[in-house]
Amino acid sequence: MSLEVSIKKKFKGFSLDVNFRTNGEYLGILGASGSGKSLTLKCIAGVETPDEGRIVLNNKVLYDSKKNVNIIPQNRNIGYMFQNYALFPNMTAEENIGVGLKLSKREKKIKTNELMKLFRLEGMSYKYPAQLSGGQQQRVALARIIAYEPDVLLLDEPFSALDSQLKSELHTDFLDLLKLYNGEVLIVTHSKDEVYRFSENLALIEKGTITGFGKTKEIFEKPRTLSEAKMTGCKNISKCIITDNKIYCSDWGIALETKNIPENCNYIGIPSNNFEIVNEEGINTFECKLVNVIEEINEYTIVIENNNGSKTKPIYFNINKEVWDNTKIKDKLHIKINDFYILR
Amino acid sequence: MDWSPMLISLKTASVSIIITFFIGILAAKSVVGMKSDKVRIVIDGLLTLPLVLPPTVLGFFILLILGVKRPLGKFLLDFFSVKIVFSWTATVIAAVVVSFPLMYRSARGAFEQVDKNLIMAGRTLGMSERKIFWRVTMPLALPGIASGGVLAFARALGEFGATAMVAGNIANKTRTLPLAIYAEVAAGNMEGSYGYVAVVVIISFVVLSLMNYFTIKGSKYNNKDELK
Repeated sequence: MSLEVSIKKKFKGFSLDVNFRTNGEYLGILGASGSGKSLTLKCIAGVETPDEGRIVLNNKVLYDSKKNVNIIPQNRNIGYMFQNYALFPNMTAEENIGVGLKLSKREKKIKTNELMKLFRLEGMSYKYPAQLSGGQQQRVALARIIAYEPDVLLLDEPFSALDSQLKSELHTDFLDLLKLYNGEVLIVTHSKDEVYRFSENLALIEKGTITGFGKTKEIFEKPRTLSEAKMTGCKNISKCIITDNKIYCSDWGIALETKNIPENCNYIGIPSNNFEIVNEEGINTFECKLVNVIEEINEYTIVIENNNGSKTKPIYFNINKEVWDNTKIKDKLHIKINDFYILR
Repeated sequence: MDWSPMLISLKTASVSIIITFFIGILAAKSVVGMKSDKVRIVIDGLLTLPLVLPPTVLGFFILLILGVKRPLGKFLLDFFSVKIVFSWTATVIAAVVVSFPLMYRSARGAFEQVDKNLIMAGRTLGMSERKIFWRVTMPLALPGIASGGVLAFARALGEFGATAMVAGNIANKTRTLPLAIYAEVAAGNMEGSYGYVAVVVIISFVVLSLMNYFTIKGSKYNNKDELK
């Protein structure tokens, strides 16, 4: 199982230029809305045509602008789950699932019933999509695609149409159902949680270009580039100047020390949970003044600024509620930075 | 009251709506499927033109094409001995030309309102374009198409200007309801037109009610309660 994509498409004010290759593991594509994620999937499925490039699935060329190959979507055998599921509103759940099957009436009935059981949709056969809950609609959409036995599954924001309360419940559920399908899966989303849960590999997409690619866990644990840090949710990012083993963070007016500084790095990122309040000075510890305290559900977000007098950017960090409530002196804090990312 | 104008009108409107219905849908489908925006704008303009042109101008053009001294009219007369102008067929042609844009525009709007993602989904599911059209696009566009058809029927029924020019006002032959009303009033017989006026008003009202009914029914698939 492999998918190789390298395509370009130009619009007014936006151009898509993506290159990536997968090897059978689930791939997540993470990007903000309007970054070109869905467009990439549509090009792979063949419902949009790129201006130039090449798409190869399992050694079958689906699109090649140089050789004038552009297989119609009907013959690509790609399962595409649309953002709002795109269930046909005029067909019942059962008709929706069976609509793409080229089987006799009887065989179709057997196959759709089998799938409805597998996807826990018993009793829903004669319901129209509007009568189904969000989770049921999602399952019908997935069943409809899997019925068709595609070579690759493209999931376009599979959870965006659901209430946030339902989402986390359905995540595990959906992952189980996804296992019924053994093939390549591409999931496109703007949610960090979803890519982290669903995909072994991760591609980051920004303004139509892939800005990061690698193992999902590695990228989240140790981002190497500015874009990786931003997209995995690192809140504190500063420009930096590196001299010997010191890193001067110009946005915050502080200098950090570390061993093994990689070359050509211009940014530094500190995740918001890598801070600690300490009592005395020490390595990578700074005296800060308190700017703001924001109470979250399980913790506080503390906003601080360097206390050296010059105007600097604020730093955000999270702290356990109990720890913060028991901190006595709050206007002048000694903050220790435990770990940070040095970014290209 | 002479019933012939009513029969002529109903016959004309019924025949013309069948023609308009199909060519309207066909035209709408072709225009929606056009790739080039520029071509689409021009074609759409030409097809909608009969809606805004005075019916007399339309009548003028029909005469220009089918008049007995014009190539096509002459050809039909010489080879088939068919004289279209000032015949009942002419009332149908006038009604078709005038009501066509209403059918075409309604159908076009209805097709365009069908979610593009549904059509794309159909393609990725391996459905042929024909199957997508008949099983997805058509059923979802049907309420809009039906209300367009009803509107076009009403327009055909009320057609006056173009009919008068190409079909004349021949009693028992081309005198439709609107022409009968005109003839009565022109002859100073207001009372004589009362019945005709009432029939036109009633039919038009029924037609508009039907149109509303189709519109409400159209939301069926998005309405949970309606389906239960």
